[in-house]
Amino acid sequence: MKLTLKIWRQKNAKAEGKIVEYPLDGIEEDMSFLEMLDVLNEGLINKGDLPVSFDHDCREGICGSCSLYINGEAHGPDRGVPTCQLHMRMFKDGDTIFIEPFRAKAFPVIKDLVVDRSAFDRIQQAGGFISVNTSGKPTDANAIPVKKHDADRAFDAATCIGCGACVASCKNSSAMLFVSAKVSQYALLPQGKIEATERVLNMVAQMDAEGFGNCTNTGACEVECPKGISLENIARMNREYLGASLKG
Amino acid sequence: MALDSKIPNGPIADKWTNYKDHINLVNPANKRNIDIIVVGTGLAGSSAAATLAELGYNVKSFCFQDSPRRAHSIAAQGGINAAKNYQGDGDSTFRLFYDTVKGGDYRSREANVHRLAEVSVNIIDQCVMQGVPLAREYGGLLDNRSFGGTLVARTFYAKGQTGQQLLLGAYSAMNRQIGRGKIKSFTRHEMQDLVLVDGKARGIIARNLVTGEIERHSAHAVVIASGGYGNVFFLSTYAMGSNATAAWKIHKKGAFFANPCYTQIHPTCIPVSGDHQSKLTLMSESLRNDGRIWVPAKLEDAKSIREGKLKPTDIPEADRDYYLERRYPAFGNLVPRDIASRAAKERCDAGFGVNKTGEAVYLDFAAAIERYGKEQAYIKGLDASDAKLIIKLGAATVANKYGNLFQMYEKIVDENPYLTPMMIYPAVHYTMGGTWVDYDLQTTIPGCFSIGESNFSDHGANRLGASALMQGLADGYFVLPYTIGNYLAPDIKTGEISTDLPEFVEAENNVKARIERFMNNKGTHSVDYFHKKLGKIMWNKVGMARNAQGLNEAINEIAALREEFYNDVKVPGDAFSLNQELDKAGRVADFLELGELFAKDALHRNESCGGHFREEYQTPEGEAQRDDENFAYVAAWEYKGKPSDAILHKEPLVFDNVKLVQRSYK
Repeated sequence: MKLTLKIWRQKNAKAEGKIVEYPLDGIEEDMSFLEMLDVLNEGLINKGDLPVSFDHDCREGICGSCSLYINGEAHGPDRGVPTCQLHMRMFKDGDTIFIEPFRAKAFPVIKDLVVDRSAFDRIQQAGGFISVNTSGKPTDANAIPVKKHDADRAFDAATCIGCGACVASCKNSSAMLFVSAKVSQYALLPQGKIEATERVLNMVAQMDAEGFGNCTNTGACEVECPKGISLENIARMNREYLGASLKG
Repeated sequence: MALDSKIPNGPIADKWTNYKDHINLVNPANKRNIDIIVVGTGLAGSSAAATLAELGYNVKSFCFQDSPRRAHSIAAQGGINAAKNYQGDGDSTFRLFYDTVKGGDYRSREANVHRLAEVSVNIIDQCVMQGVPLAREYGGLLDNRSFGGTLVARTFYAKGQTGQQLLLGAYSAMNRQIGRGKIKSFTRHEMQDLVLVDGKARGIIARNLVTGEIERHSAHAVVIASGGYGNVFFLSTYAMGSNATAAWKIHKKGAFFANPCYTQIHPTCIPVSGDHQSKLTLMSESLRNDGRIWVPAKLEDAKSIREGKLKPTDIPEADRDYYLERRYPAFGNLVPRDIASRAAKERCDAGFGVNKTGEAVYLDFAAAIERYGKEQAYIKGLDASDAKLIIKLGAATVANKYGNLFQMYEKIVDENPYLTPMMIYPAVHYTMGGTWVDYDLQTTIPGCFSIGESNFSDHGANRLGASALMQGLADGYFVLPYTIGNYLAPDIKTGEISTDLPEFVEAENNVKARIERFMNNKGTHSVDYFHKKLGKIMWNKVGMARNAQGLNEAINEIAALREEFYNDVKVPGDAFSLNQELDKAGRVADFLELGELFAKDALHRNESCGGHFREEYQTPEGEAQRDDENFAYVAAWEYKGKPSDAILHKEPLVFDNVKLVQRSYK
């Protein structure tokens, strides 16, 4: 496969960035998208150029490190996978591919395609937990039965990998899908109900403080989410938030 | 120096309780005056950081990723063991202990393993309290599945994302403490060296991977939780950034490195597809609950499949060789990993491999889909003779259990595993070897602890499935928080450790010099070029089967490659900004030393045990042949300047509670 890559290059957080074009040959269909970038980088290094920086780690779709806005879509054209599981068989010989960082006010670019998503960590620190210490004598795990249906939905919400595709896909750069997934996981479990009020208020306050936009229900986040996190979570969080606000 | 493993006296079932009853404690007011550094935020590191902060210590947590949540424990799929005996199938603390010692081919330390089995039950309780959504049955109670090497169902799970859910649980506990200011989290930071003051671990030198700044951080104790060293093979199921640098740096400062040759090659991974490959993807062992492993029984069928003339579904039942069921009728497809891996290699080496390169076997779900389909048809009162309906119902059940794994397989291989068997082959997955630690999880450096995969202690020569998550969380939540207090008790009057001490200055200067050396080298080849070469040597000569000749060759080749690396590696860019090539250069430099010690260890161990298979030492049936008389010890290596000069120390392994026998799964 022969490709033309148009990649966002930016030296550091303060420098101005621009799209740079790179022709690339010898790409095979079985390669992952990131392996294609490995080939590009190996070539750049051998030529004495600077390789393209991008975040990646597990390369099996679970750590949430990889990002990339590919041809105008977070994680590219495939569905249900992050960039590391996108394969070159999704592209054709001769294609031009635009590769940009995830863009949002709350995700400043660090270098090239690497962005700072620590805002997500800070939202979790504001309330994304259940306040139990590691106990020398914990309650038996089966002491409180949990409906399978609730446990399964809590699990579905908890499979969010924190990649930020929802934010990058949203025209408002809203983090509602991400935040609501965490709120939902705990709201659905008996263990999480005790702190439900403070949790949703604190997490939403932090989300706003980080500069994420508002949700206008376009649903782009759900479409681009590599883990299929459902919009139902946003509805649930809105209910939780309303209830918590009334309780004051 | 004689190794003192500090195993408490008394009967094995009482050791841990007695230990806890008699150790020194630090009172809560004094904990506020004590700093602890934790390097790594996987299951062990994050659970330790959270628990130590809850106790009142000031914790500094370091990870190279952009968030603690991304550590590679997140990728663990199948499950976590605990001796809860919820299923009433005869499980107990002793049985989990026994299975683990046997599974490790009698090369682990009894006392540590028993403690692990004891605290396993608390882990599940703790995680449920944290809101970890483990799988449940319709009655609302927790569900279990079976894993390899056991005859009970003791594995708790969250579909194929158990590691993710457990890690996010520990990460949430960390977040709570970060929010309270009890943990300072340093993300995108990598430890570059350990700082010793008066012989004790008192801090680290870290590099800020965004600014390139070299930073000094002090503490009263340093905990290494940086995972395993499987990326010495280049291709593995590890994350791209997984590295041995923290573990190797402490080794060079005096921590002995134990049993480096014990590496787990996992039997069910997606086969290598070409030279461009950057990593391998695991298909969880839990799939062996329902998948049957086979190759064609006839050589000509295997050949036709490789040439694309036959499809696996064309091979009639009678012409299939379910070789694990044939060789190991008692455990069948659920034999331990080392055995399943070697059996796959044996069949492929004999010419029965089923992909283009001849290095793949089938993992087939057709029988499970039919079985589940019939079960569902019966429950729902539907027609059990309708073959299409059965497949539809059965596939839905399989999807519910392993959906994400099947999807992942399809995305990577471009084949639908519901319709055609998966192709799998063994790949490097975990390292049982690691930093030597005593019962306190302390290394041979006072004040330097090692937990989780980065230590050596609990899995012997082979780790059983679903035991890594158990060990990581046991160490972090329930063991280290006690043992580290015992060490820190005399330190309550020490006060803050100054980073202006000459030891910090010297360590920082050494780190800077090393980085400058890479930057000024101006060689001709990228870091990956050398890493791939190292990986090939390791896989071909220090991989699934080893022999003395190959190991001797590997030792020489790695030493030569290391020299070439230092002369010819090219690191572009500068050292004062984000530079991923520089990050890799430091890691690969350490792998190039560790790989040689690994081969040296494999060469000295003239026996086969668990994941260490020496071709010279096997039974007539091709099973691993241990030599308990001469090798029932932990090989702990002391650094002396070069891997070839490393000095061997032996910790004899004493088995009072388990009888050493030829491991049999027949």
